[in-house]
Amino acid sequence: MKDLLIIGGRAINNRLFVGTGKFSDFRLMKDALEKAAADVVTVALRRVDAGSKTDNILDYIPRHCVVMPNTSGARNADEAVRIARLARASGAGDWIKIEVIQDNKYLLPDNLETLKATEVLAKEGFIVLPYMSPDLSIAKRLVSAGASAVMPLGSPIGSNRGVKTKELVEIMVSEIKIPVIVDAGLGSPSSACECMEMGCAAVLVNTAIAIAEDPVNMAWAFKDAVSAGRRAYLAGLTCGGNFASPSSPLTGFLRKEDN
Amino acid sequence: MIIRINGQEVEIERDLNLLELVLSKKLPAESVVLEHNLCIVPKDEWENVPLRENDHIEIVSFVGGG
Repeated sequence: MKDLLIIGGRAINNRLFVGTGKFSDFRLMKDALEKAAADVVTVALRRVDAGSKTDNILDYIPRHCVVMPNTSGARNADEAVRIARLARASGAGDWIKIEVIQDNKYLLPDNLETLKATEVLAKEGFIVLPYMSPDLSIAKRLVSAGASAVMPLGSPIGSNRGVKTKELVEIMVSEIKIPVIVDAGLGSPSSACECMEMGCAAVLVNTAIAIAEDPVNMAWAFKDAVSAGRRAYLAGLTCGGNFASPSSPLTGFLRKEDN
Repeated sequence: MIIRINGQEVEIERDLNLLELVLSKKLPAESVVLEHNLCIVPKDEWENVPLRENDHIEIVSFVGGG
């Protein structure tokens, strides 16, 4: 059975989305993206310095990947829309990760402005993936506004604290019909695996890979964890209980008394 | 003539169009996107847009990000 994730009409083979920030150099990033077998890769848009000699990051992203620019730096819906339009004009395609943040301490998204930007950009034909605080009502509104997936945070960006929002994300997975993708805070392959076991459609990981001592091997580990978690979800996880349940038969013991 | 490029005031000595501006700043024309007074200008139109006093120019490109 083919287990394809479809977003914006495109089949995504790998449910590990990878961010490109914080890598020490582009070559290492490219190796990590290849080892992760990434299909969806995020980038950011920034002002260019005069005389800048930096290479074009797109040259280091495998050709088959969907490049998903984010709107980081946007503090409201208008700024997010402006960044999205600039990103599309640069020829990266129609995918956009909406990120609207006013809070510099926790980098938590502004759900209301995110919703406004989603409404505008979906109408303009963008494939919109909003980064959001996990809230079922807003997620439903994002679906109505035309989002192609919703991306609740696991914990604050770059914090590597794992999926602290688990119960809220689980509610979204159960109630939202479009892909739920956990974005931000996943610090270890086990936390990515946990999200996939919960039934999330994908995860987006950046910091944990980029700042690992060996980003290439960490990318590999995340890829395996995501694949394992997805397989476990599809296989149907059994529920736990408070008491033990023996896995060996309770008869035929080698004892003096009768069994 | 004074214009603003990426938020910075810059003095331009002679009349330039957008293409000449990008080249004079030694920017990689192939990988940047340019906004002229909040309007995105496609690359093939850069040479048709002359700079005027107080123009606001944003020149952006992709960087690593999550």
